[in-house]
Amino acid sequence: MSTQVFYFVATLSILFSLMVIFAKNPIHSVLYLILTFFTFTVHYVLLNAQFLAVVNFIVYMGAIMVLFLFVLMLLNLNKDTEPSKSPLIKIVGVIAGGCLIVTLIGSLKAASISSPLILKNPGLGLVENLGKELFGPFLLPFELSSLLLLAAMVGAVLLSKRDEVEA
Amino acid sequence: MDTGFIIEKFILVVVIFAISLVIAMYSTYAERKVAAFLQDRLGPDRAGPFGILQPLADGVKMFMKEEIIPTTSNRWLFIVGPGLALLCACIGTAVIPWGTPVLIAGKTVSLQVTDINVGVLYIFGVVSLGVYGVMIGGWASNNKYSLLSAIRAASQNISYEIAMGLSIIALLLMTNTLSLKEIVAQQHGFNWNVWYQPLGFLIFMVCSFAETNRAPFDLPECETELIGGYHTEYSSMKLGFYLFAEYINMFVSSAVMATLYFGGYNYPGMDWIAAHWGPTWAPLFGTAIFFGKIVFFIFFFMWVRWTIPRFRYDQLMNLGWKGLIPLAIANIIITGVVIAIIEKF
Repeated sequence: MSTQVFYFVATLSILFSLMVIFAKNPIHSVLYLILTFFTFTVHYVLLNAQFLAVVNFIVYMGAIMVLFLFVLMLLNLNKDTEPSKSPLIKIVGVIAGGCLIVTLIGSLKAASISSPLILKNPGLGLVENLGKELFGPFLLPFELSSLLLLAAMVGAVLLSKRDEVEA
Repeated sequence: MDTGFIIEKFILVVVIFAISLVIAMYSTYAERKVAAFLQDRLGPDRAGPFGILQPLADGVKMFMKEEIIPTTSNRWLFIVGPGLALLCACIGTAVIPWGTPVLIAGKTVSLQVTDINVGVLYIFGVVSLGVYGVMIGGWASNNKYSLLSAIRAASQNISYEIAMGLSIIALLLMTNTLSLKEIVAQQHGFNWNVWYQPLGFLIFMVCSFAETNRAPFDLPECETELIGGYHTEYSSMKLGFYLFAEYINMFVSSAVMATLYFGGYNYPGMDWIAAHWGPTWAPLFGTAIFFGKIVFFIFFFMWVRWTIPRFRYDQLMNLGWKGLIPLAIANIIITGVVIAIIEKF
Protein backbone atom coordinates (compact mmCIF):
# COMPACT_ATOMS: atom_id res chain seq x y z
CA MET A 1 0.00 0.00 0.00
CA SER A 2 2.72 2.44 1.10
CA THR A 3 4.87 1.58 -1.94
CA GLN A 4 1.97 2.22 -4.31
CA VAL A 5 1.26 5.57 -2.66
CA PHE A 6 4.94 6.41 -2.99
CA TYR A 7 5.00 5.66 -6.72
CA PHE A 8 1.81 7.64 -7.28
CA VAL A 9 3.09 10.69 -5.37
CA ALA A 10 6.54 10.42 -6.93
CA THR A 11 4.97 10.48 -10.41
CA LEU A 12 3.03 13.58 -9.40
CA SER A 13 6.21 15.23 -8.07
CA ILE A 14 8.01 14.69 -11.35
CA LEU A 15 5.00 15.79 -13.37
CA PHE A 16 4.56 19.02 -11.40
CA SER A 17 8.29 19.81 -11.47
CA LEU A 18 8.24 19.43 -15.25
CA MET A 19 5.23 21.74 -15.39
CA VAL A 20 7.21 24.33 -13.41
CA ILE A 21 9.69 24.47 -16.27
CA PHE A 22 7.25 24.18 -19.15
CA ALA A 23 4.64 26.66 -17.95
CA LYS A 24 4.79 29.84 -20.03
CA ASN A 25 3.42 32.13 -17.34
CA PRO A 26 5.73 32.72 -14.35
CA ILE A 27 2.77 32.75 -11.94
CA HIS A 28 1.70 29.31 -13.21
CA SER A 29 5.27 28.13 -12.68
CA VAL A 30 5.15 29.22 -9.05
CA LEU A 31 1.76 27.55 -8.53
CA TYR A 32 3.13 24.28 -9.92
CA LEU A 33 6.14 24.67 -7.64
CA ILE A 34 3.74 24.93 -4.68
CA LEU A 35 2.09 21.68 -5.78
CA THR A 36 5.55 20.10 -6.08
CA PHE A 37 6.35 21.10 -2.50
CA PHE A 38 3.03 19.67 -1.40
CA THR A 39 3.95 16.29 -2.88
CA PHE A 40 7.27 16.54 -0.98
CA THR A 41 5.28 16.99 2.22
CA VAL A 42 3.43 13.77 1.43
CA HIS A 43 6.78 12.04 0.89
CA TYR A 44 7.95 13.14 4.34
CA VAL A 45 4.75 11.80 5.90
CA LEU A 46 5.32 8.48 4.13
CA LEU A 47 8.82 8.39 5.63
CA ASN A 48 7.27 8.91 9.10
CA ALA A 49 9.00 12.29 9.44
CA GLN A 50 6.00 14.25 10.62
CA PHE A 51 7.94 17.23 11.93
CA LEU A 52 9.88 17.71 8.69
CA ALA A 53 6.63 17.32 6.76
CA VAL A 54 4.83 20.02 8.66
CA VAL A 55 7.84 22.35 8.67
CA ASN A 56 8.18 21.89 4.91
CA PHE A 57 4.48 22.72 4.70
CA ILE A 58 4.79 25.90 6.78
CA VAL A 59 8.13 27.24 5.59
CA TYR A 60 8.16 26.33 1.91
CA MET A 61 4.49 26.26 0.99
CA GLY A 62 3.25 28.81 3.48
CA ALA A 63 6.01 31.40 3.61
CA ILE A 64 8.61 31.18 0.87
CA MET A 65 6.20 30.49 -1.97
CA VAL A 66 3.90 33.28 -0.77
CA LEU A 67 6.92 35.59 -1.03
CA PHE A 68 7.72 34.28 -4.53
CA LEU A 69 4.14 34.89 -5.60
CA PHE A 70 4.22 38.29 -3.92
CA VAL A 71 7.33 39.39 -5.81
CA LEU A 72 6.01 38.09 -9.13
CA MET A 73 2.71 39.87 -8.64
CA LEU A 74 4.50 43.07 -7.64
CA LEU A 75 6.61 42.94 -10.79
CA ASN A 76 3.55 41.84 -12.77
CA LEU A 77 5.62 40.00 -15.37
CA ASN A 78 3.96 39.56 -18.72
CA LYS A 79 5.07 38.09 -22.00
CA ASP A 80 5.66 41.58 -23.43
CA THR A 81 7.98 42.62 -20.63
CA GLU A 82 10.05 39.46 -20.82
CA PRO A 83 13.56 40.52 -21.87
CA SER A 84 14.66 39.16 -25.24
CA LYS A 85 17.56 36.80 -24.94
CA SER A 86 20.66 37.32 -27.02
CA PRO A 87 21.96 34.40 -29.15
CA LEU A 88 25.06 34.20 -26.93
CA ILE A 89 22.92 33.36 -23.88
CA LYS A 90 21.06 30.73 -25.88
CA ILE A 91 24.32 29.07 -26.96
CA VAL A 92 25.59 29.09 -23.37
CA GLY A 93 22.29 27.55 -22.25
CA VAL A 94 22.53 24.77 -24.83
CA ILE A 95 26.10 23.93 -23.80
CA ALA A 96 25.21 23.92 -20.08
CA GLY A 97 22.16 21.72 -20.71
CA GLY A 98 24.25 19.32 -22.78
CA CYS A 99 26.80 19.01 -19.98
CA LEU A 100 24.00 18.26 -17.52
CA ILE A 101 22.63 15.50 -19.76
CA VAL A 102 26.10 13.92 -20.09
CA THR A 103 26.48 13.97 -16.30
CA LEU A 104 23.03 12.47 -15.78
CA ILE A 105 23.60 9.69 -18.30
CA GLY A 106 26.99 8.97 -16.75
CA SER A 107 25.52 8.70 -13.26
CA LEU A 108 22.61 6.56 -14.51
CA LYS A 109 25.09 4.20 -16.12
CA ALA A 110 27.01 3.80 -12.87
CA ALA A 111 23.86 3.44 -10.79
CA SER A 112 22.60 0.11 -9.56
CA ILE A 113 19.54 -0.70 -7.49
CA SER A 114 20.56 -0.19 -3.89
CA SER A 115 19.24 -2.29 -1.06
CA PRO A 116 16.62 -0.36 0.93
CA LEU A 117 18.01 1.51 3.91
CA ILE A 118 16.39 0.46 7.17
CA LEU A 119 16.55 2.95 10.02
CA LYS A 120 17.52 1.58 13.43
CA ASN A 121 14.95 3.86 15.02
CA PRO A 122 11.86 4.28 12.80
CA GLY A 123 10.58 7.12 15.01
CA LEU A 124 13.61 9.32 14.30
CA GLY A 125 11.53 11.89 12.43
CA LEU A 126 9.10 12.44 15.31
CA VAL A 127 9.43 15.73 17.06
CA GLU A 128 10.81 14.59 20.43
CA ASN A 129 13.53 12.39 18.92
CA LEU A 130 14.50 15.02 16.37
CA GLY A 131 14.78 17.66 19.10
CA LYS A 132 16.98 15.42 21.25
CA GLU A 133 19.24 14.71 18.27
CA LEU A 134 19.48 18.38 17.28
CA PHE A 135 20.19 19.69 20.76
CA GLY A 136 22.36 16.72 21.78
CA PRO A 137 25.01 15.41 19.39
CA PHE A 138 24.36 18.06 16.71
CA LEU A 139 24.22 21.14 18.96
CA LEU A 140 27.24 22.94 17.47
CA PRO A 141 26.26 22.58 13.77
CA PHE A 142 22.70 23.54 14.67
CA GLU A 143 23.75 26.73 16.45
CA LEU A 144 26.26 27.57 13.71
CA SER A 145 23.59 27.26 11.02
CA SER A 146 21.33 29.60 13.00
CA LEU A 147 24.20 32.11 13.15
CA LEU A 148 24.60 31.77 9.39
CA LEU A 149 20.91 32.54 8.89
CA LEU A 150 21.16 35.55 11.21
CA ALA A 151 24.17 36.86 9.26
CA ALA A 152 22.27 36.44 5.99
CA MET A 153 19.29 38.32 7.44
CA VAL A 154 21.43 41.22 8.69
CA GLY A 155 23.19 41.33 5.34
CA ALA A 156 19.88 41.51 3.46
CA VAL A 157 18.65 44.35 5.66
CA LEU A 158 21.95 46.21 5.23
CA LEU A 159 21.87 45.83 1.43
CA SER A 160 18.26 46.99 1.12
CA LYS A 161 18.84 50.00 3.38
CA ARG A 162 19.54 53.19 1.44
CA ASP A 163 22.37 55.50 2.44
CA GLU A 164 21.09 58.30 4.60
CA VAL A 165 22.87 60.88 2.44
CA GLU A 166 21.06 59.58 -0.64
CA ALA A 167 17.67 59.57 1.02
CA MET B 1 -8.24 -0.27 10.22
CA ASP B 2 -11.70 -1.65 10.80
CA THR B 3 -14.82 -0.38 9.12
CA GLY B 4 -16.37 0.82 12.38
CA PHE B 5 -13.46 3.17 12.96
CA ILE B 6 -13.76 4.63 9.46
CA ILE B 7 -17.52 5.09 9.78
CA GLU B 8 -17.09 6.74 13.19
CA LYS B 9 -14.51 9.20 11.86
CA PHE B 10 -16.57 9.83 8.73
CA ILE B 11 -19.64 10.75 10.80
CA LEU B 12 -17.50 12.99 13.02
CA VAL B 13 -16.02 14.79 10.00
CA VAL B 14 -19.45 15.32 8.46
CA VAL B 15 -20.89 16.62 11.75
CA ILE B 16 -17.98 19.04 12.31
CA PHE B 17 -18.19 20.22 8.71
CA ALA B 18 -21.94 20.81 9.04
CA ILE B 19 -21.48 22.64 12.35
CA SER B 20 -18.79 24.91 10.88
CA LEU B 21 -21.03 25.77 7.96
CA VAL B 22 -24.05 26.45 10.16
CA ILE B 23 -22.00 28.59 12.55
CA ALA B 24 -20.51 30.51 9.62
CA MET B 25 -24.04 31.00 8.21
CA TYR B 26 -25.38 32.33 11.46
CA SER B 27 -22.26 34.45 12.01
CA THR B 28 -23.36 36.52 9.01
CA TYR B 29 -26.70 37.05 10.76
CA ALA B 30 -25.05 37.67 14.14
CA GLU B 31 -22.66 40.16 12.58
CA ARG B 32 -25.54 42.32 11.42
CA LYS B 33 -27.39 41.93 14.69
CA VAL B 34 -24.30 42.84 16.72
CA ALA B 35 -23.62 45.81 14.45
CA ALA B 36 -27.23 46.91 14.90
CA PHE B 37 -26.99 46.48 18.68
CA LEU B 38 -23.78 48.49 18.90
CA GLN B 39 -25.22 51.24 16.71
CA ASP B 40 -28.61 51.28 18.43
CA ARG B 41 -30.55 49.92 15.45
CA LEU B 42 -32.75 46.85 14.96
CA GLY B 43 -30.87 44.93 12.27
CA PRO B 44 -32.51 42.34 9.99
CA ASP B 45 -35.95 41.42 11.35
CA ARG B 46 -38.11 40.67 8.29
CA ALA B 47 -37.37 37.03 7.42
CA GLY B 48 -38.91 34.85 10.12
CA PRO B 49 -39.09 35.71 13.84
CA PHE B 50 -36.27 38.16 14.74
CA GLY B 51 -35.00 37.69 11.18
CA ILE B 52 -33.45 34.29 11.90
CA LEU B 53 -34.20 33.07 8.36
CA GLN B 54 -32.09 35.88 6.91
CA PRO B 55 -29.02 33.65 6.22
CA LEU B 56 -31.22 31.27 4.18
CA ALA B 57 -32.57 34.18 2.15
CA ASP B 58 -29.00 35.38 1.58
CA GLY B 59 -27.92 31.93 0.49
CA VAL B 60 -30.73 31.66 -2.04
CA LYS B 61 -29.89 35.13 -3.31
CA MET B 62 -26.21 34.23 -3.72
CA PHE B 63 -27.06 31.10 -5.72
CA MET B 64 -29.55 32.92 -7.95
CA LYS B 65 -27.22 35.76 -8.93
CA GLU B 66 -25.67 35.76 -12.37
CA GLU B 67 -22.31 34.06 -12.61
CA ILE B 68 -19.82 36.46 -14.19
CA ILE B 69 -16.33 35.47 -15.24
CA PRO B 70 -14.46 38.43 -16.76
CA THR B 71 -13.22 37.67 -20.28
CA THR B 72 -9.74 39.00 -19.55
CA SER B 73 -9.37 36.95 -16.38
CA ASN B 74 -7.48 33.72 -16.03
CA ARG B 75 -10.58 31.51 -16.10
CA TRP B 76 -9.21 28.41 -14.40
CA LEU B 77 -7.47 30.22 -11.55
CA PHE B 78 -10.43 32.56 -11.17
CA ILE B 79 -12.52 29.51 -10.20
CA VAL B 80 -9.78 27.90 -8.09
CA GLY B 81 -9.32 31.02 -5.91
CA PRO B 82 -12.59 30.96 -3.91
CA GLY B 83 -12.56 27.16 -3.72
CA LEU B 84 -9.08 27.20 -2.21
CA ALA B 85 -10.09 29.90 0.27
CA LEU B 86 -12.99 27.79 1.54
CA LEU B 87 -10.96 24.56 1.57
CA CYS B 88 -8.13 26.07 3.63
CA ALA B 89 -10.67 27.51 6.05
CA CYS B 90 -12.36 24.14 6.60
CA ILE B 91 -9.41 21.77 7.04
CA GLY B 92 -8.21 23.49 10.21
CA THR B 93 -10.98 21.87 12.26
CA ALA B 94 -9.48 18.39 11.83
CA VAL B 95 -7.07 18.54 14.78
CA ILE B 96 -9.15 20.47 17.31
CA PRO B 97 -10.24 18.34 20.30
CA TRP B 98 -13.95 19.11 20.69
CA GLY B 99 -14.32 17.26 23.95
CA THR B 100 -13.31 14.32 26.11
CA PRO B 101 -14.28 10.88 24.75
CA VAL B 102 -18.04 10.29 24.93
CA LEU B 103 -19.81 7.01 25.69
CA ILE B 104 -22.43 6.59 22.96
CA ALA B 105 -24.40 3.32 22.70
CA GLY B 106 -21.78 1.37 24.69
CA LYS B 107 -18.90 2.66 22.58
CA THR B 108 -16.36 5.29 23.57
CA VAL B 109 -16.08 7.85 20.79
CA SER B 110 -13.20 10.32 20.63
CA LEU B 111 -14.37 13.81 19.73
CA GLN B 112 -11.24 14.67 17.77
CA VAL B 113 -10.85 13.71 14.13
CA THR B 114 -7.12 13.09 14.42
CA ASP B 115 -4.55 13.66 17.15
CA ILE B 116 -1.33 14.21 15.21
CA ASN B 117 1.65 14.91 17.43
CA VAL B 118 2.39 18.18 15.62
CA GLY B 119 -1.17 19.55 15.92
CA VAL B 120 -0.18 23.13 16.73
CA LEU B 121 2.13 23.27 13.73
CA TYR B 122 -0.60 21.81 11.50
CA ILE B 123 -2.93 24.64 12.51
CA PHE B 124 -0.14 27.10 11.84
CA GLY B 125 0.46 25.59 8.40
CA VAL B 126 -3.21 25.74 7.47
CA VAL B 127 -3.32 29.39 8.55
CA SER B 128 -0.33 30.19 6.38
CA LEU B 129 -1.97 28.49 3.38
CA GLY B 130 -5.14 30.56 3.81
CA VAL B 131 -3.71 33.51 1.94
CA TYR B 132 -3.38 31.58 -1.34
CA GLY B 133 -7.11 31.75 -2.05
CA VAL B 134 -7.03 35.54 -1.80
CA MET B 135 -3.79 35.87 -3.76
CA ILE B 136 -4.77 33.56 -6.61
CA GLY B 137 -8.27 35.01 -6.90
CA GLY B 138 -6.97 38.58 -6.78
CA TRP B 139 -4.36 37.95 -9.42
CA ALA B 140 -6.61 35.91 -11.73
CA SER B 141 -9.23 38.69 -11.79
CA ASN B 142 -6.83 40.76 -13.91
CA ASN B 143 -7.95 43.92 -12.17
CA LYS B 144 -5.50 46.40 -10.66
CA TYR B 145 -7.52 46.83 -7.47
CA SER B 146 -7.76 43.08 -6.98
CA LEU B 147 -4.04 42.71 -7.57
CA LEU B 148 -3.19 45.43 -5.05
CA SER B 149 -5.44 43.73 -2.57
CA ALA B 150 -3.79 40.36 -3.18
CA ILE B 151 -0.37 41.91 -2.58
CA ARG B 152 -1.57 43.55 0.61
CA ALA B 153 -3.05 40.27 1.84
CA ALA B 154 0.24 38.47 1.20
CA SER B 155 2.47 40.94 3.01
CA GLN B 156 0.04 41.28 5.92
CA ASN B 157 -0.23 37.53 6.29
CA ILE B 158 3.53 36.97 6.27
CA SER B 159 4.22 39.81 8.71
CA TYR B 160 1.72 38.65 11.31
CA GLU B 161 2.56 34.98 10.91
CA ILE B 162 5.96 35.64 12.46
CA ALA B 163 4.58 37.26 15.60
CA MET B 164 1.94 34.53 15.84
CA GLY B 165 4.55 31.78 15.61
CA LEU B 166 6.69 33.47 18.26
CA SER B 167 3.75 33.80 20.65
CA ILE B 168 3.01 30.08 20.21
CA ILE B 169 6.65 29.21 21.00
CA ALA B 170 6.33 30.79 24.47
CA LEU B 171 3.23 28.64 25.04
CA LEU B 172 5.01 25.49 23.86
CA LEU B 173 7.86 26.15 26.30
CA MET B 174 5.30 25.67 29.06
CA THR B 175 3.25 22.80 27.67
CA ASN B 176 6.20 20.69 26.41
CA THR B 177 4.01 19.17 23.69
CA LEU B 178 2.76 20.01 20.22
CA SER B 179 -0.35 17.85 20.45
CA LEU B 180 -3.53 19.88 20.92
CA LYS B 181 -5.16 17.01 22.81
CA GLU B 182 -2.46 17.08 25.49
CA ILE B 183 -2.37 20.88 25.63
CA VAL B 184 -6.09 20.88 26.46
CA ALA B 185 -5.78 17.99 28.90
CA GLN B 186 -3.12 19.94 30.84
CA GLN B 187 -5.55 22.80 31.43
CA HIS B 188 -7.82 20.70 33.64
CA GLY B 189 -10.43 22.61 35.62
CA PHE B 190 -9.57 26.28 35.85
CA ASN B 191 -5.83 25.83 35.21
CA TRP B 192 -6.01 27.68 31.90
CA ASN B 193 -2.95 28.76 29.94
CA VAL B 194 -4.14 32.35 29.71
CA TRP B 195 -3.29 32.90 33.40
CA TYR B 196 0.35 32.02 32.64
CA GLN B 197 0.61 33.56 29.18
CA PRO B 198 -1.53 36.74 29.15
CA LEU B 199 0.88 38.63 26.89
CA GLY B 200 1.24 35.64 24.57
CA PHE B 201 -2.53 35.42 24.30
CA LEU B 202 -2.83 39.12 23.51
CA ILE B 203 -0.26 38.85 20.70
CA PHE B 204 -1.88 35.67 19.39
CA MET B 205 -5.30 37.32 19.34
CA VAL B 206 -4.12 40.44 17.51
CA CYS B 207 -2.39 38.22 14.95
CA SER B 208 -5.56 36.14 14.54
CA PHE B 209 -7.43 39.30 13.61
CA ALA B 210 -4.79 40.08 11.00
CA GLU B 211 -4.67 36.52 9.64
CA THR B 212 -8.44 36.31 9.19
CA ASN B 213 -8.48 39.75 7.49
CA ARG B 214 -10.93 41.08 10.04
CA ALA B 215 -11.33 44.72 11.02
CA PRO B 216 -9.31 46.67 12.15
CA PHE B 217 -6.88 44.81 9.85
CA ASP B 218 -9.18 44.24 6.87
CA LEU B 219 -6.95 46.20 4.49
CA PRO B 220 -7.19 43.67 1.64
CA GLU B 221 -10.87 44.56 1.30
CA CYS B 222 -10.60 48.22 2.16
CA GLU B 223 -13.53 49.58 0.16
CA THR B 224 -12.56 53.25 0.30
CA GLU B 225 -9.26 52.53 -1.43
CA LEU B 226 -9.74 49.30 -3.36
CA ILE B 227 -13.46 49.14 -4.28
CA GLY B 228 -14.10 45.57 -3.06
CA GLY B 229 -10.51 44.40 -2.78
CA TYR B 230 -9.66 40.93 -4.02
CA HIS B 231 -13.30 40.00 -4.67
CA THR B 232 -14.14 43.07 -6.79
CA GLU B 233 -14.70 40.95 -9.92
CA TYR B 234 -16.52 38.12 -8.20
CA SER B 235 -20.26 37.56 -8.25
CA SER B 236 -22.75 34.91 -7.22
CA MET B 237 -21.64 31.97 -5.08
CA LYS B 238 -17.93 32.53 -5.79
CA LEU B 239 -18.24 35.79 -3.87
CA GLY B 240 -20.26 33.83 -1.33
CA PHE B 241 -17.37 31.39 -0.93
CA TYR B 242 -14.98 34.22 -0.08
CA LEU B 243 -17.37 35.74 2.45
CA PHE B 244 -18.10 32.32 3.91
CA ALA B 245 -14.40 31.48 4.17
CA GLU B 246 -13.90 34.60 6.29
CA TYR B 247 -16.55 33.48 8.78
CA ILE B 248 -15.27 29.91 8.91
CA ASN B 249 -11.78 31.29 9.51
CA MET B 250 -13.20 33.30 12.38
CA PHE B 251 -14.81 30.17 13.80
CA VAL B 252 -11.61 28.14 13.51
CA SER B 253 -9.41 30.82 15.03
CA SER B 254 -11.89 31.29 17.88
CA ALA B 255 -11.73 27.54 18.45
CA VAL B 256 -7.92 27.61 18.40
CA MET B 257 -7.78 30.51 20.86
CA ALA B 258 -10.20 28.73 23.19
CA THR B 259 -8.18 25.51 22.87
CA LEU B 260 -4.71 26.95 23.37
CA TYR B 261 -5.40 29.58 26.01
CA PHE B 262 -8.88 29.16 27.49
CA GLY B 263 -8.88 25.50 28.36
CA GLY B 264 -11.01 24.11 25.50
CA TYR B 265 -13.65 21.89 27.07
CA ASN B 266 -12.33 22.43 30.62
CA TYR B 267 -14.30 24.45 33.15
CA PRO B 268 -14.24 24.88 36.93
CA GLY B 269 -16.15 22.14 38.70
CA MET B 270 -15.85 19.65 35.83
CA ASP B 271 -14.85 16.81 38.17
CA TRP B 272 -18.12 17.13 40.10
CA ILE B 273 -20.11 17.12 36.85
CA ALA B 274 -18.13 14.13 35.55
CA ALA B 275 -18.89 12.20 38.76
CA HIS B 276 -22.60 12.98 38.80
CA TRP B 277 -23.70 13.20 35.16
CA GLY B 278 -22.17 10.00 33.85
CA PRO B 279 -19.83 9.33 30.92
CA THR B 280 -22.28 10.41 28.22
CA TRP B 281 -23.61 13.75 29.36
CA ALA B 282 -20.59 15.19 31.18
CA PRO B 283 -18.33 15.21 28.06
CA LEU B 284 -21.17 16.61 25.97
CA PHE B 285 -21.61 19.38 28.55
CA GLY B 286 -17.88 20.11 28.25
CA THR B 287 -18.27 20.35 24.47
CA ALA B 288 -21.17 22.75 24.98
CA ILE B 289 -18.96 24.89 27.25
CA PHE B 290 -16.28 24.83 24.53
CA PHE B 291 -18.79 26.06 21.97
CA GLY B 292 -19.85 28.75 24.45
CA LYS B 293 -16.25 29.98 24.54
CA ILE B 294 -16.08 29.89 20.73
CA VAL B 295 -19.29 31.91 20.43
CA PHE B 296 -17.89 34.45 22.87
CA PHE B 297 -14.74 34.87 20.77
CA ILE B 298 -16.78 35.21 17.58
CA PHE B 299 -18.78 37.92 19.34
CA PHE B 300 -15.51 39.53 20.36
CA PHE B 301 -14.37 39.59 16.71
CA MET B 302 -17.58 41.42 15.80
CA TRP B 303 -17.43 43.73 18.81
CA VAL B 304 -13.96 44.89 17.75
CA ARG B 305 -15.03 45.27 14.14
CA TRP B 306 -17.79 47.72 15.03
CA THR B 307 -15.72 49.59 17.61
CA ILE B 308 -12.22 50.21 16.22
CA PRO B 309 -11.67 51.95 12.88
CA ARG B 310 -9.44 50.44 10.21
CA PHE B 311 -5.67 50.90 10.47
CA ARG B 312 -3.60 52.66 7.83
CA TYR B 313 -1.23 50.36 5.98
CA ASP B 314 1.96 51.81 7.49
CA GLN B 315 0.40 51.59 10.96
CA LEU B 316 -0.37 47.93 10.32
CA MET B 317 3.22 47.20 9.32
CA ASN B 318 4.65 49.22 12.23
CA LEU B 319 2.46 47.38 14.72
CA GLY B 320 3.42 44.00 13.31
CA TRP B 321 7.16 44.43 12.91
CA LYS B 322 8.07 47.00 15.55
CA GLY B 323 5.41 46.26 18.14
CA LEU B 324 4.32 42.64 18.21
CA ILE B 325 7.51 40.84 17.14
CA PRO B 326 9.80 42.44 19.81
CA LEU B 327 7.06 41.88 22.41
CA ALA B 328 6.72 38.24 21.41
CA ILE B 329 10.51 37.73 21.61
CA ALA B 330 10.59 39.36 25.05
CA ASN B 331 7.76 37.06 26.09
CA ILE B 332 9.76 34.00 24.99
CA ILE B 333 12.83 35.15 26.93
CA ILE B 334 10.84 35.90 30.11
CA THR B 335 9.02 32.57 29.88
CA GLY B 336 12.29 30.71 29.35
CA VAL B 337 14.01 32.43 32.29
CA VAL B 338 11.07 31.80 34.63
CA ILE B 339 10.89 28.13 33.64
CA ALA B 340 14.65 27.76 34.17
CA ILE B 341 14.40 29.36 37.64
CA ILE B 342 11.46 27.15 38.64
CA GLU B 343 13.24 24.00 37.50
CA LYS B 344 16.41 25.00 39.37
CA PHE B 345 14.68 25.40 42.74
